[in-house]
This record gives sequence, C-alpha cells and structure tokens, in this order.
Amino acid sequence: MSLPEPPFDPPPPAKPQRLKRGDYLILAACAAFAGVLYYRLAYAIPYEWDWSAVPSFFVYYDEETGYRQNVLLVGLLNMLRIMVYATVLSLILGLGLALMRLSAQAWLRWLARVIVEFVRNIPPLVFLFIFYFFVSDMLFPLLGIRDLANALSRSESTLVWVLLGEAAFIENVIAGVICLSLFEAAYVSEILRAGIEAVGRDQREGARAVGLTPSQEMRYVVLPQALRKVIPPLVGQLITLIKDTSIMSVISIQEFTFAGSEVVISTGRIFEVWITVAVVYFLLCFALSSLSQRLEAGQQGARR
Amino acid sequence: MSAIIEARGLSKWFGQFQALRRVDLSVRPGERIVICGPSGSGKSTLIRCMNALEAYEEGELLFHGTRIDAEGPGVHKLRQRIGMVFQQFNLFAHLTVLQNLCLGPVKALGLSRPEAEDRARHYLEKVRIPEQAGKYPSQLSGGQQQRVAIARSLCLSPEVMLFDEPTSALDPEMIKEVLDTMIDLAEDGMTMLVVTHEMGFAKSVADQVVFMDRGAVVERAAPERFFSAPESARTRDFLDKILPH
Repeated sequence: MSLPEPPFDPPPPAKPQRLKRGDYLILAACAAFAGVLYYRLAYAIPYEWDWSAVPSFFVYYDEETGYRQNVLLVGLLNMLRIMVYATVLSLILGLGLALMRLSAQAWLRWLARVIVEFVRNIPPLVFLFIFYFFVSDMLFPLLGIRDLANALSRSESTLVWVLLGEAAFIENVIAGVICLSLFEAAYVSEILRAGIEAVGRDQREGARAVGLTPSQEMRYVVLPQALRKVIPPLVGQLITLIKDTSIMSVISIQEFTFAGSEVVISTGRIFEVWITVAVVYFLLCFALSSLSQRLEAGQQGARR
Repeated sequence: MSAIIEARGLSKWFGQFQALRRVDLSVRPGERIVICGPSGSGKSTLIRCMNALEAYEEGELLFHGTRIDAEGPGVHKLRQRIGMVFQQFNLFAHLTVLQNLCLGPVKALGLSRPEAEDRARHYLEKVRIPEQAGKYPSQLSGGQQQRVAIARSLCLSPEVMLFDEPTSALDPEMIKEVLDTMIDLAEDGMTMLVVTHEMGFAKSVADQVVFMDRGAVVERAAPERFFSAPESARTRDFLDKILPH
C-alpha cells in the first residue's frame, strides 16, 4: 500500500528578538557612566583640549620642501615594517619549533619544549631586555649585521628606505624584529602544533598508502589542512604581535608607541596623542580580526 | 608461482594483548583472497601490517621475498606497489577528487601532471564516476567516496590491492556499487586481499576464504568448501551467526 505524500510546508515565522525592560535599565546605566566619564574628562579636570595640531604630528608642510613625514608617521611606518617582518619570521620559526615538538627524535622534542616553555613563562618585557642585548651585542657582530646595517644606511636607494626606514634606525629595526619573532614564534608553534595534531590519522594513513614519504605527507596532506584549521588563532596571535610591537619602545626602537611618547614629551598634548595612537592600533587590529571572521565564515561555507 | 606477499609465523602485540598469533598466509599473483572473522580477530591488523601501517614483532612478512619493515627507510617505495582501501575511505579532505587521485602519481611516482590526470580520469571512468572529478570528498556519498578511494589506489598501478572492510562504513544502499566496482577489478585479474563481512562477495569472487579468530588463521579453503563443509567448529559457529537462514 502506498501512502499519499504530504506537501512541503513553509517554516513557521521566526520569533522577533526584543529588548526587555531589564536590558533598557542596563543600557541606561552604561550611557550614564559614559556621560560622567566624558564630563570628568572634558570639564572637571584642568586640561585644554586641542586636536588641531594632531594631523601635523603625522605630516607637516615645509615652505621649502613641501609635505614632510613627521614623527608619528615615521613611527607608524616602522611599526608596520616590524610587524610584516616579524610575522613572516615568527611563522617560519614557529613552524620549525612545531615540527621539532612533533619530531621522532627525543632531543629535538626536548629542545623545542625548553624554548617554548622558557618564552611562555617570562613576561615579554623581561624577555626583550635579555634578548635585545644578547642579539645586538653578541649576535649582530657574529652575523655581520652591524656592517650590513652600516652599508645599507649609506645607500640612497628608495627601496632600502621602503624596506627598512630611516638609515639611522636600521640596526634597531632588525634587532626589534628578531626579538619579537623569537618571542611570538613560541606561541605560533603551539598553535601550529595543535593544528597539526588535529589532522586525523586517517589523512596521514591515506598519504602513506599512496606512497608519500613522511616529509611529503607533512607538506602536501597534513600542513595544508592544519593551516586552514588554525587561521583564526593565528590571526589572533598576529593581533597580539601588533600590540606587542609597542614593547619595543622601551629599548628605543622608533616604532609607533615610542614616537607617541616623543611627541607627548615635546608638545604636552597627552590625551590627544595617546588617544590618536590608541585609535590607530585599534583600527589595525580590528580590521584584522574582522578579516579573520570573514575568512572563517567563508571557510565554513565552502566546507558545508 | 612465487608469492607476492607471504607471512610466516607472523606475531604482533598491542601491549600485553597478542593481536596476531603465528599467522602463515601467502598471496600469489591473480589470487583473490577474502579474510573474514569476528571483530577483534586480527584481520585488519594483518593487512595493515602488509602495507607497513603497523609494525610486527615476530615472524616474517615478505613482499617478493623482501622483508616488509614499517620503520625502514624504503617503506614508501613498497607502499607504491601495494594498494590500500580503508574502511573510512581516508580521502584527502582538502583536495578535489582529481587532486586526490593525482597526488600519489605526481609526488610519489614522479609522473607529470598531464600524465597523472589522464591516468586519474581513466580510473574515474573505470569506477563509473568521471563526472565527480572537480568535487570535494565531503560533497560525495559514502559509496562514491569509496569508489574514488579505489581509483586513487589504482592510479599507482599496484601489484596487489588490500581492502580493509571497504563496505562496513557504508549505508546499505551504497554497498552494492562498491562491491560491483571490486568485482570489476577481480575480473580484470587484479590480485586482491579483502577483509569483509560480505559473504556474497566471498562466494562469487574469492578463490580462497580465510577465517581468522583471536589472532590466528583457523581455516583456509576454496569458497565452495568453506561455506558448505567448514572443517572447524569455530568457522561453523561464525557462519551460523552471519549467514541468513
């Protein structure tokens, strides 16, 4: 006996999401707090707000030479340079550490573990103090980076300027990149290790069954899948890295926060400058995390 | 004729548990052997050892007279000559069907990409899903995925194909399409070693049926004999449980 087929029905209407009375109370309390804060900042403390000079801290107009970059822009560009190089270098070092952690050789696993735990369990600032002097006093003469930096600083090339910034700061920028990369690499390696371990055994056995060597298995089957899984936490780490570039200011690397403090000292425009600096950091990091969310959403769409 | 794969007194332990107990088994060219037995009887472990996915502790396992060594440096070369089909298909999730088929030939055998793609399309044709070449594994049904996995193995031109419960993870309506593909392979003369509970397949395709229980080979016979007059009481008991009455 065959049954009559029931028709397809449209889904029932979704229930609207409404704010309840309690929600309005909480919102009102938040607004009141923000109002008080604004009042205190604007009127209750003796501070003359003046935003007019802030743009000139980035770019100013010179009668003879036209528009010139000012301290904040120099710092911002240096931060972007450090960020790009440190991202690339920390990914490479992090991948190396992650592969060491998963190696069949016990001493490699052990060495990577020591490095990662060392870095993760001391504050970044302390790490920087130790490593900056190690890197710039011991490593640079050894690798000939000081001579290289000197040679580069004499060059007039625009490319050198785009890549490394003001000639006088080249050595500092390189030192900053190395310290920051070493530090972030420890965290990157933990993220990558988790991603690699999350790729199923079935995928590895599939790779072996088609005759791939262990390194081919890692390169063509495991890593591509691991990287996709860890894009969101990697972007999160990149955001941390951007914020951590501000630590470089304590060793006189002319990045954005250092530039901000220089401007504050010379002009006294404390709040205007620091708020501007904060907004720039925020925009950069927020843009990245939005991008990451998009990537994630796109990925889920593709996977279905 | 000499054996392609030969096990002599093969023993393997997982901790204290002995998974294989002095297994003797040889696979000659053109033979189609079905291995059956209750779960935990060591049948999957046996064929995983043959593809060097598991190491063994005692006895010998030979491929054309050379020891199969899961930890040895040349193990990937060996696997290029032995096809393996898994219960869970083990297709590469990040690659399309065509890329799944080409990875081994290009990276392991060193074929050029066009050569590998020709070969891949040929075998997709053979397992009757040429139209799925551009899709990802997750977009296919279980039966289609398993046929892709079979084609992926065939792309390496293996001398022998190992099947580890190829239909156990499939919905009932998809079992037949995979078995039909395997029957086609058998008719082409492929040497096959199949771990399965599909006794219909064993009856119609196998030259030999091997019954394993608790890590040991209990009985080995031609299917007519195996199903009509099994010698061992344990075989009879097993067949009683799984054959329809």
